[in-house]
Amino acid sequence: MRSSVIVFPGSNCDRDIAVALEKMEFKNQMVWHKETKLPKTDLIVLPGGFSYGDYLRSGAIAGKSLIIDEVIKAANGGCLVLGICNGFQILTETGLLKGTLLRNKELKFINKDVQIKVMNNKTKFSNKYKKDEVLKINIAHNEGNFFTNDYHLNQLNKENLIAFKYCDEKGTTNDFSNPNGSMENIAGIYNAKKNILGMMPHPERMVDKLISNTDGSNLFKSILN
Amino acid sequence: MKYSITVTLKKDVLDPQGKVVQDTLKNIGLNLKNIRQGKYFEIEVNEKDQAIAEKNIDEMCKKLLVNLIIEDYKINKL
Repeated sequence: MRSSVIVFPGSNCDRDIAVALEKMEFKNQMVWHKETKLPKTDLIVLPGGFSYGDYLRSGAIAGKSLIIDEVIKAANGGCLVLGICNGFQILTETGLLKGTLLRNKELKFINKDVQIKVMNNKTKFSNKYKKDEVLKINIAHNEGNFFTNDYHLNQLNKENLIAFKYCDEKGTTNDFSNPNGSMENIAGIYNAKKNILGMMPHPERMVDKLISNTDGSNLFKSILN
Repeated sequence: MKYSITVTLKKDVLDPQGKVVQDTLKNIGLNLKNIRQGKYFEIEVNEKDQAIAEKNIDEMCKKLLVNLIIEDYKINKL
């Protein structure tokens, strides 16, 4: 399985995701944002970080970079696309995913391990997880407060496009287990074809027991499955 | 020609920064009904035709400067 990690000025989780992908035996390549062609790839990753220093809006400038046209073309052709944290913000700015990420409700940058629940385990990204499985995954963001219109929210629910929701250890989703004010505790969503996943939590930080846990491993194993 | 663009969050989008500024103004004894924080741009263009210039500015707003899901904008000629 071949993967490509797109690198923007200000990306800072690009190496982490590359290490995670290689650990999972992906053949990974790093792709600089000024490239106009993508290498042959089965998975494109937009990594976390602060592309362009979050100027204008998080992900807005990266969303107009040269390589993005190729990413959009590949995504529309069915290629798997994973956007993590800033990558999720970039996906919403390109329009590949609807909705947007607002400033966290309490106006604070949040860096901590939180619980999220697998809402749909029948996708290319989640088939190795159990439905409603609770994972402990790190979040580190200032703009993770998912917001969208009623029509889209309805579609997300009806078509089972919510990937993960913030919850507590028991899997309960409520205001107390919502770290950033996201609508319906949403931590990650799919597009209608479910080949694009955007999520605020960082699965690439959870693939090694030595530094955290391995709750993120099954996301990558699902893709390989 | 020169234009200004004011970008504000839509009415039903929570504006936590505006809320904090509002609370602080009240705390220091300055009363107000409501405040919304936004962004401001000044853009200078070479285009001489006003209609074309405004169309171009509008395109800039729609394509990059404004996130239409959560923000409204106003263009003014300076």
